[in-house]
Amino acid sequence: MTVGELVCPAGTPAALRTAVDAGADAVYCGFQNATNARNFPGLNFTPDEMAEAVEYAHARGARVLLALNTFPPAGQFDLWRDAAEMGVRFGVDAMIVADIGVAAAIRDAHPDQRLHLSVQAAASSPEAIAYYVENFGIRRVVLPRILTIPEIRGIMGEIPCEIETFIFGNHGLMVEGRCSLTNYATGLSTNMDGVCSPANDVEYKREADGGMTTRLGAFTIDRFAPDETAGYPTICKGRYRAPCREAGYYAFEEPVSLNLARLLPELMAAGVHAFKIEGRQRSRAYVRQVVSNFRAAVDAIREGREPQLADLVALTEGQKESQGAFQTKKWR
Amino acid sequence: MMELTLAPIPFHWSREERRDFYARIADEAPVDTVILGELICSKRAPFFEADLPEVAERLEAGGKRVIWSSLAEILLKRERKATDDLCAVGDGRTVEANNAAALRALAGRPHRVGPMMNVYNEETMTWLAAQGATHVSLPPELPRAGVAVMAEAARRAGLGIEVQVFGRASLAVSARCYHARAHGRTKDNCQFVCEEDPDGMPLATMDGETFLSVNGIQTLSRSYVNLAAHVPDMRALGVGALRLIPQRVDMVAVAEVFAAVATGRIDSDAAGARLDAMQMDAPFSNGFWLGEAGYRRIARAS
Repeated sequence: MTVGELVCPAGTPAALRTAVDAGADAVYCGFQNATNARNFPGLNFTPDEMAEAVEYAHARGARVLLALNTFPPAGQFDLWRDAAEMGVRFGVDAMIVADIGVAAAIRDAHPDQRLHLSVQAAASSPEAIAYYVENFGIRRVVLPRILTIPEIRGIMGEIPCEIETFIFGNHGLMVEGRCSLTNYATGLSTNMDGVCSPANDVEYKREADGGMTTRLGAFTIDRFAPDETAGYPTICKGRYRAPCREAGYYAFEEPVSLNLARLLPELMAAGVHAFKIEGRQRSRAYVRQVVSNFRAAVDAIREGREPQLADLVALTEGQKESQGAFQTKKWR
Repeated sequence: MMELTLAPIPFHWSREERRDFYARIADEAPVDTVILGELICSKRAPFFEADLPEVAERLEAGGKRVIWSSLAEILLKRERKATDDLCAVGDGRTVEANNAAALRALAGRPHRVGPMMNVYNEETMTWLAAQGATHVSLPPELPRAGVAVMAEAARRAGLGIEVQVFGRASLAVSARCYHARAHGRTKDNCQFVCEEDPDGMPLATMDGETFLSVNGIQTLSRSYVNLAAHVPDMRALGVGALRLIPQRVDMVAVAEVFAAVATGRIDSDAAGARLDAMQMDAPFSNGFWLGEAGYRRIARAS
């Protein structure tokens, strides 16, 4: 088994080619519908594009992981079944699943199809992971972004499958696959529709004082002073008022990015099989820069050279950045 | 026959409050099933553990079926052990699984599946039934159209199916404790500050509009889901059980209203009027059921 496989985002065919050319070991992508958790306008692949993407990647030694990581609402299961069938037909290397019914259906119809367990399944203990491995033949689990390195090491010793961890991109602390915040405000569900803070429900409103109010659906998510940069209104990154915090505060988390560049050597020493770079909604330039930098760093560590971690750290320069949960559990 | 299920108390109520609450439920509330145990935070569990056998006995003496809840989130050694102990063979308890670790421990024996398990479709439900699930509580965000399909599938499979009809909707869980965070603490040194908010800590938007509630690692809606108006529809669909989430209101009175509308003794308008008359501290919502934004309260088109 390899250590430190780079799993990179591909929101579009162009981004997929960029990621592969920049040195991705694997890319993950989805179809243009609710079967994946980044169901945004202008993103994702038609069936033809997916078939071509698999050919492009395979010709260059890269793997394609198909994201089927949402939860089909009753009555609509066939959309997910059809997506899985297409994935098999096109020869994707693995499917990333979260729903028990989806996992069971693929396992029954295609017992040899490699399955990865999505972070959306929220399996954070050895027993929960073992449940999916034993029942559905899961070969790799994507761990929630809420575990520390010692916890990851502990889990690795206890489970019979590979581990993938997030290393760069969005930093979320809600247990993924258990969040209905967007649906509460907008009527679109993260689990069932694959959307989080849909752009159609987002509003930026300039205030008389020069400040900016950001809204999602009917609710104000944040209020920015004239000298602050307004962020995209995601509920778990907004500012709110509580009785003990009348002035308002980030009730859930600061709007920071996850950048584990500094921990890369430690994560590789721990034997983490794959690193996931988040950002299917990001530009090709972003993908090229992040993937090629992480490629160089992973190769350096593998060859016993000193990785240029400063380059990776610089990728989030100017933004607030976090090593998230991985360093310590004091943030909890 | 529709049954009423009283969900675990999601909040950190004191030992005395819990004892009094369950004593009254045992004696007065027309609920069929009571789910005991800690769902949200393993740190709270020791406060009430010693009382549980006696509370369970009293509820059973009052004619209620007692079910035991697993934790929703399992990260720590003690949480893993607590789950193993809860699900151990031979205790004769029925457990409601709210985490895959509990599902694994319960496989092959009869058990219930809770709303944290993401049972959104009939394929998932059928698979779980083959593993021993006898009763499934659906995610609160699954709309009527989905519930209708699930109810039909449940009938064919001989499963019980449950929909939350009252109380705050669970909208998210996290590894971080947001109660501790609000008070400048962390989960490890929280000093149980969540006890100050027995109905959740309100989060308002910067405009002062009510929005969410914080309960330790859990985020809930500020509104109380109230599907009293839709109970006759649920009965027609074949929904077998109605789930009530304990809030800081007269839960016996709430249970009486839902029992009356579930059996057809009062109509949905009367049920709605009785709940309105209780003048609760939170707005009502039914958006999820109607496939709209969850916070909304939509009057029925007549």
